[in-house]
Amino acid sequence: MPPTVEPRTSTRVNDFAVKLANVNGTGSASANGLLMQAMFRMGVPVTGKNLFPSNIQGLPTWYEIRVSKDGYNARALDYDLMVAMNSQTYARDVKEVRTGGYLLFDSSWPLDPDLNRDDIHFIGIPLAEMCNIHFNDPRERILMKNVAYAGALCALIKVDMKVVEDLLMEKYSGKEKMRVSNQTALKLGYDYATKHFDCPLPFHLDQMNANADKILIDGNTALALGCVFAGATVAAWYPITPSTSVMDAFKGFCEQFRKDPETKRNNYCILQAEDELAAIGMVIGASWNGARAFTSTSGPGISLMNELLGLAYYAEIPAVIIDVQRVGPSTGMPTRTQQGDLMICAYASHGDTKHILLFPANPHECFDFAAKAFDLAEYFQTPVMILSDLDIGMNDWVVPRLNWDDSYQPNRGLVLTKEQIEELPKFQRYFNHDENFVAARTLPGVHSKGSYFVRGSGHNKFGGYTEIPDEYQEVVDRLLLKHKASAKFVPEPIIQKRAGAKFGVLTLGGCDGAVREALDLLEDRGMPADYMRVRGFPFSDEVVQFLEDHPYTFVVEQNRDAQLRSLLMMETPVSKDKLRSVLVYGGFPLSARHVIEGILSQLT
Amino acid sequence: MPSIAKPIAQHPSLKKNNLGLTVRDYEGTMSTLCAGCGHDSITAAIVRTFWELSTPPHMIAKMSGIGCSSKTPTYFVSGAHGFNSAHGRMPAIVTGANAANRELIYIGVSGDGDSLSIGLGHLSHAIRRNVRMVYVIENNGVYGLTKGQFSASADIGSKSKRGEANRMSPIDPVMLALSLGATFVARSFSGDKEQLVPILKAAFSHRGLALIDVVSPCVTFNDHVGSTKSYLYSRQHQYKATESDFVPPASEIVAHIGSANGHISEATSVTMHDGSVVKFRALPDGYDPTDRQKVFSYLQERQGKGEVPTGLLYLDESVSDVHELNNTPDSALTSIPFEKLCPGNAELQKMLEDFR
Ligand SMILES: Cc1ncc(C[n+]2csc(CCOP(=O)(O)OP(=O)(O)O)c2C)c(N)n1
Ligand code: SF4
Ligand SMILES: [Mg+2]
Repeated sequence: MPPTVEPRTSTRVNDFAVKLANVNGTGSASANGLLMQAMFRMGVPVTGKNLFPSNIQGLPTWYEIRVSKDGYNARALDYDLMVAMNSQTYARDVKEVRTGGYLLFDSSWPLDPDLNRDDIHFIGIPLAEMCNIHFNDPRERILMKNVAYAGALCALIKVDMKVVEDLLMEKYSGKEKMRVSNQTALKLGYDYATKHFDCPLPFHLDQMNANADKILIDGNTALALGCVFAGATVAAWYPITPSTSVMDAFKGFCEQFRKDPETKRNNYCILQAEDELAAIGMVIGASWNGARAFTSTSGPGISLMNELLGLAYYAEIPAVIIDVQRVGPSTGMPTRTQQGDLMICAYASHGDTKHILLFPANPHECFDFAAKAFDLAEYFQTPVMILSDLDIGMNDWVVPRLNWDDSYQPNRGLVLTKEQIEELPKFQRYFNHDENFVAARTLPGVHSKGSYFVRGSGHNKFGGYTEIPDEYQEVVDRLLLKHKASAKFVPEPIIQKRAGAKFGVLTLGGCDGAVREALDLLEDRGMPADYMRVRGFPFSDEVVQFLEDHPYTFVVEQNRDAQLRSLLMMETPVSKDKLRSVLVYGGFPLSARHVIEGILSQLT
Repeated sequence: MPSIAKPIAQHPSLKKNNLGLTVRDYEGTMSTLCAGCGHDSITAAIVRTFWELSTPPHMIAKMSGIGCSSKTPTYFVSGAHGFNSAHGRMPAIVTGANAANRELIYIGVSGDGDSLSIGLGHLSHAIRRNVRMVYVIENNGVYGLTKGQFSASADIGSKSKRGEANRMSPIDPVMLALSLGATFVARSFSGDKEQLVPILKAAFSHRGLALIDVVSPCVTFNDHVGSTKSYLYSRQHQYKATESDFVPPASEIVAHIGSANGHISEATSVTMHDGSVVKFRALPDGYDPTDRQKVFSYLQERQGKGEVPTGLLYLDESVSDVHELNNTPDSALTSIPFEKLCPGNAELQKMLEDFR
């Protein structure tokens, strides 16, 4: 057993975790979301993680809510309260309750006595029975059980009933019958709990004011919004979990913001492609014409896009690719999270290729990085991939309110105007480059003197076909320099130093919260460490410096093969002995305990 | 694809089109295909068509995949942008390009391998979307560039150079397109410029995707006895099902050589999206180029007899193209200024209230 550290649990107000075990397709998601949103409105830092199956109806699904007055937003693995609504998983669920914790169950049916624990409290509420009495429609009876347990939780952990009722009013405005049913069910649960148990439980909520400048948003929605604000006009995609909601949201926002007020025409075009080969092809075609175009996909789609990513890289055509990572390889686990696409994205396609990657850690960065990705893609004339993941993309996060800088002007890169082309004696596509090794391009339809033939076949610096070694090398060598130059332009790493730090901890993306929490806990135990989160690839000098400055650095990431560590080994001069791995890749979001156990087990 | 520059000296007496350009202005670099390759004749027909239509070179987008056929866009209209993409992916690239800028005139040149094997899915879906473009399949029944393997368009019994007979049923791009709901379907023969040029002209006026399957013999790998895509076989089996003329927009429709009685009857002329007219003359009895079912049965019957019917075989100007389906503006999406695309911070802040 590796040594471990107990998460802080001393204060019981606004510091606990609830897990809800449900059957998917029974309407639990909306009840759970309601609770989460109510807590957010109470001004309390809260995180919700939906651990759902790749299935439409009937399989186990869990929702975890962590309340942390200190703002920790990673998964907690200790549950103070389990809402056990799924008999299939009951045996597992009952074991996960922390000693001294509580388990809420539907007492309409008897519990399996073999699974009793005498170190936890059981709270039985006849949810099914109550709903059968109060509702006639069979579907409604099932749905309202969820709302009834939500009502019980309002009493047990002090979720403000007024806030919940307001939410129901907003949600079901115009759907009177639904609203009344929901309120009835909520009240049923609330009254039963108040009458039969000592409410509230020792751990519970209390109004705070931590969320005044915050919003509750998922990463996919934020990315879609970012693409709208960045001026993307063409989007091509093929449906795949967990990226589908990017395009759903993009469509919704476009309908809201991009319908021309005068002509009623759509100032955007969304193409549902026949596959991901086509989706990236469409993006490349549109970008070649000068549009800001993007696709969103997940691992299997990235695999398919490889061929054309090489074309865009070699022919120097911008493209923005959003990869909402899920568990691979192959179909893997579509509804589980992982950071397993770093390698394939960094070097996607055959031959010598290297791409620019951005690693957002939360929905706020998703929004900000969208415009960044288009600027980089257009300036460097190359594919840029935003690597989000299922945890960031599909879970609701409490993040600072998004902000758009109205002075922003898109960086369209070096694109020659008609007048500039006219003045040139002759246009040569890859000939003159700037200090970042980018050569000016021309767009079709502007001037016949600017015309050239895009090709993925061997070409020289003039854009002409070649099979001559020197001519070929000259171009690919410049591409390498261009990629290196982009290191200064990707978002800089986030670094947090602590006095007396003995080692470094490096991570990326959605591991951020868990790692930061772990470092606080380690410091409490007298083991301060420095923190760095990389936010882009290629790595900047700052990343190298951080690694050089520490005798060793733990690289925390969510994949089996230490892909981030491999990239650091290949793309920085840092010796591999300085890099130690903490790898968590089972498919659920990271928790501080994973990180602490991973680090402590190697600190001998 | 080595490109060999052509001498640019022009004969002063060369005829000029409406833009003051000669046919030489629509040429590209020297072809590096095998002497006698059918693809070169198609290139010549494309050059002729653009010149006669007075298409501004800078508005042309020449798109292709990979193969001998896909190399040909370098051999026409040097003043146009070109995109020699990846094997089979051309239709997808055009779809995106067209979505971004609908003002360009798109010609996609592909091969039977490029379009009927590796790119079959993209071709099918470009047809379904009715992407406005002229799509030329230079069909030689083989993979020329990889040295003569059978392609998916090889007929049953057709013999390879080594004497092997193909035993799998072919994919006929014309039948495929008809069944997918294509709105402009034609077939021609690379050696028949007289037929091909008017078809190409009509194709450029079409509202959506115009598919032209051009039988184009590969002299190096598929021009022997026993091949059904050879010059000899094509000449012997080509059956001109339809003959058509193209009357550009705003030109008065007057009597035209070959048209019955010197006028166009309602039934045999189709008005194109841009106001031009396609006149069918000498249609076989009962043939209606706007009736998909009839065209289908007619072609099946003829092909059953071993004939290769050619001409502008099917035409429907009533179907929306990809832009109409997406309700996009009449001008290019790329021409919309950023200020119009970005809602701005005030809107963002208002909208974020939904996320509270
Ligand atoms: C992904 C991929 N696979 C295979 C090839 C090799 N390849 C190049 S051209 C070609 C066939 C071309 O046949 P077709 O489209 O009929 O053109 P043709 O040369 O006959 O005109 C193949 C298989 C390739 N370029 N890319
Ligand atoms: S190999 Fe065949 S298709 Fe290719 S250039 Fe030669 S004749 Fe034409
Ligand atoms: Mg071929």
